[in-house]
Amino acid sequence: MSNIPADLRFAESHEWAKKEGDLIVVGISEYAQDALGDVVFVEMPEIGKVFAAGDAAGVVESVKAASDIYSPVAGEVIAVNEELGGSPELLNSAPYDAWIFKLKPSNPAELDKLLDAAGYAAAISE
Amino acid sequence: MGQRTPLYDLHLALGAKMVDFGGWDMPLHYGSQVEEHHQVRRDCGVFDVSHMTVIDVSGLQAKEWLQHLLANDVDRLHGCGRALYSAMLNEQGGVVDDMIVYRTESGYRLVVNAATRDQDMAWMQGQLGSYQAQLHERPELAMLAIQGPHARQKIAELVTQSRGTLIHQLKPFEGQADGDWFIARTGYTGEDGLEIVLPADQAPGFFNDLVGAGISPIGLGARDTLRLEAGMNLYGQDIHQAVSPLAANMAWSIAWEPVGRNFIGRAALEAEKAAGVQFKLVGLVLEERGVLRAHQVVRIANVGEGEITSGSFSPTLSKSIALARVPTATADRAEVEIRGKWYPVRVVKPTFVRHGKTLI
Repeated sequence: MSNIPADLRFAESHEWAKKEGDLIVVGISEYAQDALGDVVFVEMPEIGKVFAAGDAAGVVESVKAASDIYSPVAGEVIAVNEELGGSPELLNSAPYDAWIFKLKPSNPAELDKLLDAAGYAAAISE
Repeated sequence: MGQRTPLYDLHLALGAKMVDFGGWDMPLHYGSQVEEHHQVRRDCGVFDVSHMTVIDVSGLQAKEWLQHLLANDVDRLHGCGRALYSAMLNEQGGVVDDMIVYRTESGYRLVVNAATRDQDMAWMQGQLGSYQAQLHERPELAMLAIQGPHARQKIAELVTQSRGTLIHQLKPFEGQADGDWFIARTGYTGEDGLEIVLPADQAPGFFNDLVGAGISPIGLGARDTLRLEAGMNLYGQDIHQAVSPLAANMAWSIAWEPVGRNFIGRAALEAEKAAGVQFKLVGLVLEERGVLRAHQVVRIANVGEGEITSGSFSPTLSKSIALARVPTATADRAEVEIRGKWYPVRVVKPTFVRHGKTLI
């Protein structure tokens, strides 16, 4: 059974999102990192880039395959986690600490449209 | 549901993530394929390769038939136990499969790929003609590969005395029977090690003994990155029916002498050589961050284009490497397109790591 923190929201494409002040922090779920296997490279979005919800925002490459990450809500990229450049394996070892990027959301209420922990647990058990 | 090896239940018990490989349910990894890769380079690990196809060839003309069938020449196998690598070609000079051939007391043992089993059997049966040779597939046998610098020493301590002695005596590319086991000093990782063919009903017990003795089980994921670092071709990716061995870094395995040996595909290869071989298989090294993948386009300034046939992240080098088929005139620089952007790559001989040492 995958670890799914109750304080996070999830996209069906396996990103997690969390409110932090007036920003939204985005990463990938425990389930996603397990499916990907050893992560060896993360292609970050550019700071200042503006995404609609569901836009491809970056790429996580494992030894096995490349996988797009999607922006779970609309907004502008404010920060990226530089630590993942040298240590991409943090996405495997601590997926809920190793955030990938932070957005300034265009509509903060969009976060509530994402799955809650129970909804995501149901989605990945299908 | 795919086919299962005799070790299927053990893989599940060891927490393997299973994947389909050529119709077989096989372990991809048991947790971390990068850790498994390092384990083999630094110590040793055990792979279930029971999905591979073992075929024994016997009969009065077994040798003559294999000299007709294969691009390498089994006449080079001086004595029981010697082995060689060979391509099996079609009339157009394309690779039907690649294999290891062992000379045994009763004839020859071929170990061919799992995914190509049906096409290989049909092709070989079709080439028997009037040769007095018999093919005998051995699905009742399992196969384990134990690879790594400490593999032989560790295994020798875990088997009977006579098998232990044999393991110490085996030369590289030699395989000998001991009772109902066949033990060979061959592999697909670029490290020293063994491949052991044994009755299927003995395989789970032996595999358990090895894991109990602290030898890590290794999945197909690490098998792929290990063979890629060693510059070994994977059938279906780097070589296939439409690829000539001359364009696949396999020229060394073609026995042109004696000139009178008319193996299948010889005429096509000679014509290709006379006209000039158009492509070659090279290694690529990405110096920037990113991962090279099969089918990405390779661009060589003033020369032309090629394609990556296998690409991944190299755990030993901590950077991405690939095998690529490029125009023969390609020198030491090229570019690869990854998601719409061109990245510079270094072109190298396609052997990146051997016996734990970096060669590039």
